[in-house]
Amino acid sequence: MVLSSSSLSNPDANSNISRKRRKIESHSPAPLPTEPARPTWRTETEQQIYSSKLVDALRLLRRPESPDATGRAVREAADRVLAVSARGRTRWSRAILSGRLRLRLAHINKKHKKAAKPAASDSRVKKPAVQKKQPLLQRKVKVLSRLVPGCRKLPLPNLLEETTDYIAALEMQVKAMTFLTGLLNGGASAGSSLADQSQYISSA
Amino acid sequence: MSSRRSRSRQSGVSRISDDQIADLVSKLQQLIPEIRNRRSDKVSASKVLQETCNYIRNLHREVDDLSDRLSELLESTDSDSAQAAIIRSLLM
Repeated sequence: MVLSSSSLSNPDANSNISRKRRKIESHSPAPLPTEPARPTWRTETEQQIYSSKLVDALRLLRRPESPDATGRAVREAADRVLAVSARGRTRWSRAILSGRLRLRLAHINKKHKKAAKPAASDSRVKKPAVQKKQPLLQRKVKVLSRLVPGCRKLPLPNLLEETTDYIAALEMQVKAMTFLTGLLNGGASAGSSLADQSQYISSA
Repeated sequence: MSSRRSRSRQSGVSRISDDQIADLVSKLQQLIPEIRNRRSDKVSASKVLQETCNYIRNLHREVDDLSDRLSELLESTDSDSAQAAIIRSLLM
C-alpha cells in the first residue's frame, strides 16, 4: 500500500522501484507465460519471513485453550506456514492447505454419521485382476508423485516442476527450523546462566 | 514450452517427448546434492528419480525430527512470551 502511494507522488521513486522489480525478476528463473513467477525459497529474506511466521504459529500452540504442542502439531504448523508462504503458486502448497480442510470436514462428518466408511479402504486396494508390471521408470515416477502433495495424477513435466519447487521449499523449512531450534536451545542455556549469575551477585 | 504439453493430457506419460523429460530430469539433477557432488553427467533418469525420492524422504524425516525437538523445547521454556520476544528480536 505504501509503495503505491509513493509512486503517485514521486515518479522517480516509481521508476526506481520498477527497475528494482525488473532486476529481481531477471534473477529468478524465467516464469512460464501462463503462470506467475516461481517463489524463491533460497533467499535469506524468505527464510526469515518463514521463521517469524512459524514462531507466531507456534506461540498459538502454547496457549492454554489449545492442545499441547506435540511434535505432530509442530510439523503440521510448519507445513501449513510453508504452504501459505508459497502464496498459491504451486500445486503442492495448495494441496497441503486444502487437504487439511478436507480432513477436518471428513472428521466432522464421521462424528455426525457414526458409520464406518468402507469406500475409503476400497479405493486404496488395487484391483488384482489387472496386473500390469509397469516399467521401472514409471514406478519411480509413481513413488515420487506420492511424495509430493497433490501430485498423484500430474503428467510428468508438471510433476518434475512441482518437485523442484517442493524440494527447495523443504530445504528452506529445514534450515529455518534448525535455526529456531538453535535459538531456543541457546535461549534456554543463556537463561539458566543468567540465573546463575544473578544468584552469585545476590549472595556476594 | 512445457505449458503447451501440459494441456494435452491424453495418455499421461507417452505423449511427452523424451527430450523434455531429459531436460527436466537434468534440472532435477542439479538439486539433489547426492548427484550434484558426484559431478557425473551420465546419471540415468531412473537414478535421478530414485535419489529424488530418497532425498524428499530424508527431508521429511528431518522436518519430523526438528518438529519433535521444537515441541520439546517449547514445552520446557518457562515463559513463552519472553522466549518469543528473544526470538523476534533476533529475527528482525
